Amino acid sequence: MKRKKLVSYSKYGYLFAIPFFVAFLIFTLYPIMYTLLIAFTNQQGIMPPKLKIAKDPLASFKYLFKPRGATGKMSYFLDSLINTAKIWIINFIPQLTLALLLAAWFTDNRVKVKGQGFYKVVFYLPNIITAATIAILFRTLFGYPAGYPVNDMLIKMGIFKKAFFFLDNGMASRGIVEFIQCWQWYGSTMITLIAAVIGINPEIFEAAEIDGAGRWRKFWNITLPSVRPIMLFTLVTSMIGGLSMFDIPMLFGEGKQKLGLQTIAIYIYQTALKDPYMYNRAAAASIILFLIIMVISIFLFWLLRDKDAAKLAKMKKQEMKRARELGRGL
Amino acid sequence: MASNDVVLHSKAKSDIAFKTVIYIVCTILALLSLFPFIIMLINATRSTIQIQNTAVSLVPGKDLFKNIDILGKKETFKPLVGMKNSLIISVSVTVLNIYFSCLTAYAIHAYDWKLKKAFFSLIIGIMCLPGTVTMIGFYRACYQLHLTDNKLMLILPAIAAPMTVFFMKQYLEGTLSMDIVESARIDGASEFRTFNSIVLPIMKPAMATQAIFAFVGSWNNYFLPMILFNKPKNYTMPIMVACLNEDIYKTEFGCIYLGLSMTALPLIIVYLLLSKYIVSGIALGSVKG
Repeated sequence: MKRKKLVSYSKYGYLFAIPFFVAFLIFTLYPIMYTLLIAFTNQQGIMPPKLKIAKDPLASFKYLFKPRGATGKMSYFLDSLINTAKIWIINFIPQLTLALLLAAWFTDNRVKVKGQGFYKVVFYLPNIITAATIAILFRTLFGYPAGYPVNDMLIKMGIFKKAFFFLDNGMASRGIVEFIQCWQWYGSTMITLIAAVIGINPEIFEAAEIDGAGRWRKFWNITLPSVRPIMLFTLVTSMIGGLSMFDIPMLFGEGKQKLGLQTIAIYIYQTALKDPYMYNRAAAASIILFLIIMVISIFLFWLLRDKDAAKLAKMKKQEMKRARELGRGL
Repeated sequence: MASNDVVLHSKAKSDIAFKTVIYIVCTILALLSLFPFIIMLINATRSTIQIQNTAVSLVPGKDLFKNIDILGKKETFKPLVGMKNSLIISVSVTVLNIYFSCLTAYAIHAYDWKLKKAFFSLIIGIMCLPGTVTMIGFYRACYQLHLTDNKLMLILPAIAAPMTVFFMKQYLEGTLSMDIVESARIDGASEFRTFNSIVLPIMKPAMATQAIFAFVGSWNNYFLPMILFNKPKNYTMPIMVACLNEDIYKTEFGCIYLGLSMTALPLIIVYLLLSKYIVSGIALGSVKG
């Protein structure tokens, strides 16, 4: 009886999902397919020739990995891939550490930290501000030579004798970009983790305390394993976000991308939209980025599906139980 | 008894030390979060000469209006134009994103259809796909169809927002009981009406938090509008900010800070007003996810 009813309504399921599906086809699937196609063609220059598969369809892909010129240096694409990975890793490790530490502190059951609401709001603030604004603000803060806050302060405090050209130094500019990323995101990660820690059954902590466990042991043996799935989720989403990092390295390192601030997204943008407009190479780079993200997404998919499947199994079980009880009642 | 007291005493003492460390670290972090913005806001009111002499000051200057005047005379940075364009795009994106995500989530939650599982897998699969990946094809297609500089190209994609659908579906699972829907059916309401007048009101709390994130995400988006828009009359706020990197602003120290403040201040104010919902929204979203 019940099943029949569901079947008769099923057409509404399709109907209501149509707008999403159509928008997905036009704005996601079609562009990806088109990008894939361009990657195999000879689309180059301001007025690209008619779309045609190139004589060597894989030429663009080969180019991406071919060492630069006679020097044998790594290709710009691989270089930007490594830059992106470096910037992401160096921002993520302190970000997660700090977020975990703060989450543990803010959820400590013996020491209540006052003003938590204030701290959370302030720590999250940099995340809400436009990345473009932040990039240019930091570019101004770290400017050179005179009249820029950081240099000015360091000289007045006697740490530096004369102004330092941060924006002309690879290590320094990369370090600042990594700092900005970490500074913008640790608040968000912290709030996520706090919610996860609050979700842990408090009885587990109480039992551990009765057994004489200290703060460190509770953190290591209860908190950390319990929030692991959410940490993984954060890791994966942050990794994908990090792979498409653009605004801050682009606007902070304006004109100085050679300093190790060239990320994949910047590479794609500059290859396609700056002279000599190598659409095919940029498309090939996008496809490789897509494949990397796909692999990471499959991992995320597996992570979420697992949980969903478990939830579903639980629901089914309850349903069966209810049905059985009903049967007994009759 | 006495030894017990000593244990308790030392425990309390270590708790105080622990607390002190927490407050010191949190205060340093809070200052770190606020300091760049404080410098920005204060320097927006100071003259270029003042800033050149002392770049950091905690006392506001008197040159705010002078800076506004100088900034207004420059050609590229037009905050009002940027704000108007950003508002049009972000409001439309938010409305489409929220409405259609609710509809899609409801389609998955309330009905049993054959391709549902495949459809939901697709949503999770594309959840994290960044615009970078589709940019080349999207830009070329828009270019050939003469659709660059068309705001709709930034607005319409919001109909398919996988992240929001995923969140809304999780929310529906926790709050909507199908009994309500059934009784509406018995009363003779059409499925579409049931969704609009019964399901949507139930989803209001989830809609509010997701709307904030959709709006801010769209407002702060720099990559796609920068690629798609060539005409200055279409520039959104982040593109306007990027104009401050141009050489004509290099010598006007106060103006740069003022321009940055103009783009950051509306966000800071809205954030402080809505911070409660935003902070709880982040937590809700991620734990649900």
